[in-house]
Amino acid sequence: MNAQTAVKSGDPAQTAERLVVIGNGMAGCRAVEEILARNPARYKVTIFGAEPRVNYNRIMLSPVLAGEKSFDEIVLNTEQWYTDNNIDLVSGDPVESIDRTRKIVRSASGREEHYDKLLIATGSDPFLIPIPGADLEGVVTFRDLDDVERMLAAAKSGGDAVVIGGGLLGLEAAHGLSLRGMKVTVVHLMPTLMERQLDEAAGYLLQSELESRGQTILTGANTKIIHGVEGKVVGIELEDGSRVKASIVVMAAGIRPATGLAKQADLECERGILVDDNMVTSDPAILAVGECVQHRGLCYGLVAPLWEMCRALADHLTDTPTGYHGSVTSTKLKVSGIDLFSAGDFSGGEECEDIVLRDASRGVYKRLVLKDNKIIGAVLYGETADGNWYFDLLKKEEDIAEIREGLIFGQAFTQGGNTLDPSAAVAALSDDAEICGCNGVSKGEVVACINNGAHSVDAVRGTCKASASCGSCTDLVEGLLALTLGDEVEQGAATMCGCTSFGHDDVRRLILEKSFKSIPEVMQELHWSTPDGCSKCRPALNYYLLCAWPGEYVDDQKSRFVNERLHANIQKDGTYSVVPRMWGGITTPQELRAIADVSDRYGARLLKVTGGQRLDIFGIHKEDLPAVWADLNAAGMVSGHAYGKSLRTVKTCVGSEWCRFGTQDSTGLGVKLEQMSWGSWMPHKFKMAVSGCPRNCAEATIKDFGVVCVDSGYELHIGGNGGIKVRATDLLCRVDTEEEALEMSAAFIQLYREDAHYLERTAPWLERKGLEWIKSQLLDDPATVPTLAARFYHSQQFMQDDPWAQRVAGDRRDLHSHLGAIGADQLEDA
Amino acid sequence: MAQDWIDIGATSAIEAGMAATVPVEGGEEIAVFHTMQGQFYALVNKCPHKAGPLSQGIVHGDSVSCPLHNWRISLATGEALGEDKGCTPSIAMKVEEGRLFLSRAAVAATRTQVPQKAC
Repeated sequence: MNAQTAVKSGDPAQTAERLVVIGNGMAGCRAVEEILARNPARYKVTIFGAEPRVNYNRIMLSPVLAGEKSFDEIVLNTEQWYTDNNIDLVSGDPVESIDRTRKIVRSASGREEHYDKLLIATGSDPFLIPIPGADLEGVVTFRDLDDVERMLAAAKSGGDAVVIGGGLLGLEAAHGLSLRGMKVTVVHLMPTLMERQLDEAAGYLLQSELESRGQTILTGANTKIIHGVEGKVVGIELEDGSRVKASIVVMAAGIRPATGLAKQADLECERGILVDDNMVTSDPAILAVGECVQHRGLCYGLVAPLWEMCRALADHLTDTPTGYHGSVTSTKLKVSGIDLFSAGDFSGGEECEDIVLRDASRGVYKRLVLKDNKIIGAVLYGETADGNWYFDLLKKEEDIAEIREGLIFGQAFTQGGNTLDPSAAVAALSDDAEICGCNGVSKGEVVACINNGAHSVDAVRGTCKASASCGSCTDLVEGLLALTLGDEVEQGAATMCGCTSFGHDDVRRLILEKSFKSIPEVMQELHWSTPDGCSKCRPALNYYLLCAWPGEYVDDQKSRFVNERLHANIQKDGTYSVVPRMWGGITTPQELRAIADVSDRYGARLLKVTGGQRLDIFGIHKEDLPAVWADLNAAGMVSGHAYGKSLRTVKTCVGSEWCRFGTQDSTGLGVKLEQMSWGSWMPHKFKMAVSGCPRNCAEATIKDFGVVCVDSGYELHIGGNGGIKVRATDLLCRVDTEEEALEMSAAFIQLYREDAHYLERTAPWLERKGLEWIKSQLLDDPATVPTLAARFYHSQQFMQDDPWAQRVAGDRRDLHSHLGAIGADQLEDA
Repeated sequence: MAQDWIDIGATSAIEAGMAATVPVEGGEEIAVFHTMQGQFYALVNKCPHKAGPLSQGIVHGDSVSCPLHNWRISLATGEALGEDKGCTPSIAMKVEEGRLFLSRAAVAATRTQVPQKAC
C-alpha cells in the first residue's frame, strides 16, 4: 500500500486510506457523509460522477418538473461541501473499468485512481422497452436532470405527451407534464395503476382522480411501436392497433440495477450486485450500496432502504459493524392534492385479515392487512395522516389485538381521546420512527436536534434537514417542537405565504442587510419554494423593494394588483372607476366641468361622491382609460390613487376661514399634507383628515393620521380606522405649528412604510407594535423625526410623477389595448 | 377549407408574466397568458366564480389569480385550484416561429358553449 512508502509528517491526506466512490448520487454521497460523521480522517475520498453537477435529491425531480421547485433547491451537497471535506469530485467523467488486481479505476477520459476501498453506488438505469421506435428523437426516460430538461423543452410547445408506465415515476412525470400544459396519456401494461404499491380499489380511486384532472389513463395497454416522422416521434401504436399521438414519449416502465461495471469486473451479480450484511461484494475491497445492489434476494428502488444501507456500510468501514438486515418500505406519491400512502404487503392471502374503511363522499379509502394480530400491509388513499403510525406498528411488528377495534380510525381514536390532539400522535411514535422520508431523519434525531437548540421549524430544517425537502412532514416536526419544548417554541412570525418560510419582518430586514435589489434575487437567495411566487408575496416584495430602494428599484408591473397596474378601480363587471385628485376635498367649476364632460363622453353610468370627499366616475372600459385621463389631465387634475395601497385622501373641514368655530386653517393644512404625501406607496391604503376644531367634522379620529386643530395648536392622532373594525385614533402628541404637524406626519408615514407588513393598516400595526413603541420611536430622540421625514421626502421625489400623465404620454400602451381581435368571418366554416 | 389556426400576434407582444386579450365577434373574449417560465396559454377571459377578467390577474407559475376574489385558476386546464371548484374553458393554442395561434375550432366553440359547461 502506498501509505508505507509515502508517509510524511503525519499529513492525513498521505496517511489516510484511499476510498474511491463510483457514483455521485444520493447513495454515494450519503455513504460518504455517514463515514465522515464517524471518522473524518480515516479516508481520503474521491467521487466519480457521470452527471456534470453536484449531488442532488433525485426523488425531488418530480417537483422540479411540476414547477414547484428549482434545481438549486434540490441540491443536497454543494461544491462547498466537497471542498470543506477535502473530497475530490470528478464529475461528468464516468468510470469505465475496474482493475481489481492493481486496485485501480479508470475513467472515460483516461484518469486512473488507486483505491484501498472501492464503493460502487451506480444506482439504476431506466428500463427501455425494446420496441421499434424506442430510439426516436423525443423518446425520453425520467431519471436525471437532463431528462427533466428534455421534457420541459418539449412541453414548451405544448401538444400531446404519452407516458409509458403507470407506476410512481410515470405518474409523477405525467402530473408534471400535465401541469406544464401538455395533454397527457398514461399507458400502463397492468390492469390497475401502481399495482406494486396499491390494491385495486385504491388504484381505481387514483385513476378516477387523475382522469378528472384531464389525463387519459389506458390500463391493460401494451405499446407495440413508437411511430416517427423524419426521426422524430409522432405517436405510439398499441397492441390492439389503436394509436395515440404524442410529440414526446416518456418511458417510465421501470428501473434496473446498474450492474454493468460490476459484471465487467467479474463481481458476483444476479439482478443486482450481490452484497452481504456489511454491503461488501464478492471482493472484500469492494463495497456497493443503493439501488444497484441485491441484498438477501431483494433490490430496492426507494430512498429509505438507502439510508439504512449507508449506516451499515459506514459502521463497517469504521470498524464498528452493525449490519444491514433489509428494509420494509413505504411509499408516498408526490402529486399535489393526492394523498396516498402504502406500506408492506397487501396482496392478502390465507391467514390474512383485512380491515377496510371507505368514505365515498370524502374519497377516502383505508385498508389494513393483518396477520397474527400484526399489521403487515397498509394502503391509505385520501387521508394519510396515520400512515407513519401504521408503518411504525408494522416495522415493530407490534401486537395490535387490544387496539384492533378502533385501529382503522387512526391513532387519535385508539388512544381514547375524542379530540384529535396532534401532539399525542407524535408523542406515541417511537424514537426510531421515521419523520422525514426524503432525508432519512428519525424522531429521535429530530428531538436531539431540538434539544441542541433548534427551537423553530426553520432551525430544525437547517440542522438535521427534517422537512427541508418536500415539506410533507412539517406537521410532525411542529408537533415534536411543541412536545419537546412546550411553550418555548419560537413561533417564528407567520410566514409571508406558502412560497417561503420567512416572515415579513425577516424578508424586510434581509432586503436591507443583503442589498437584494429585485424580486427574483429575493426569491433565489431566500430559497422561495415556487419558481415565481404567488399573488400574496409578489406584491409584498414589490412594495418592500420600492420602499427600501427609492429611485433605484424599478416597479414591477407584473407584481401589481390590477388596480395599481391600471391606476383605476376594477368593478364587478370588469369596468373601472376613476377618481381624480381633489386636494383636501376642494374643487373648482372647471374641474367639475371636465369631470362632467368625461362622464358624458365615455358613457359613465354613475357619478358618486365618496367618503373621502372625491368624485368617482364609474363604468369606464380599460381601453378608454388613457383618453379619460388625458381629458382630466388637461383640466389640471392628476390621479387620485383611490385604487392603491398608497396615500388616498386628506379630508378637511372648512376651518377658520369660514367656520365660526374654526381655530386654525384646517383646509390649508389638509391641502399641504396631501401635496406632501400624494403618490407615496404604502403597506396599505392610508387616509388622513384635518378638523378645524374639536367638533371634528372631518372625522379625523378614525383616520390613519388625523389632525384636530385647537386654539393652542394641533393635536396629532394616529392609528384610526373606519373599516370592518372601527378603531378610534390614539393621541400621538400636540405640536404648536403647522410645520411641526407636517414634519411629524411625514415621520409617522415613513415609520409605517418601513416597519409595517404589507397589507397591514396602521390600526392593526399600532396594536401589534404598541402605542408606546411608536411613541418612543418618534418622540424619545429629537433627531429621529427629521431623519425619518427626510427619508420620506427623498422617496417622494421619485413617487410624485402622475401615473395618468405617463400613460397618456404612451407608457405601457399594451395594458390598455387588445392583442388582436377575431371577426366572425374568420370563424365561419370552423 | 379554412386553416385550423388563427394567427393572433407575435409572442413578443405579451411580456412574460402578463396577459393580453382577444375579443371574438359573437363569442367570448379570450385571454392569452405568457408565464414567467415562457409558456403561453389561452383561456376564456372569465373566472368560473363571478366572471372576473382573468387577463387582469397576477400570473404566477402556471396559474393566475383572479382580480376580483383571488381565485386561483390553472392556466393549463382552466380549473379552479385549491379549495375552489369550477372551470373556465381553455382554448387550444400553439406557438410557431414567434407567432401565437389559437385553434379556430376552439375559438368558434366559444360562440355556442356556455362557459361553465365546457369542461
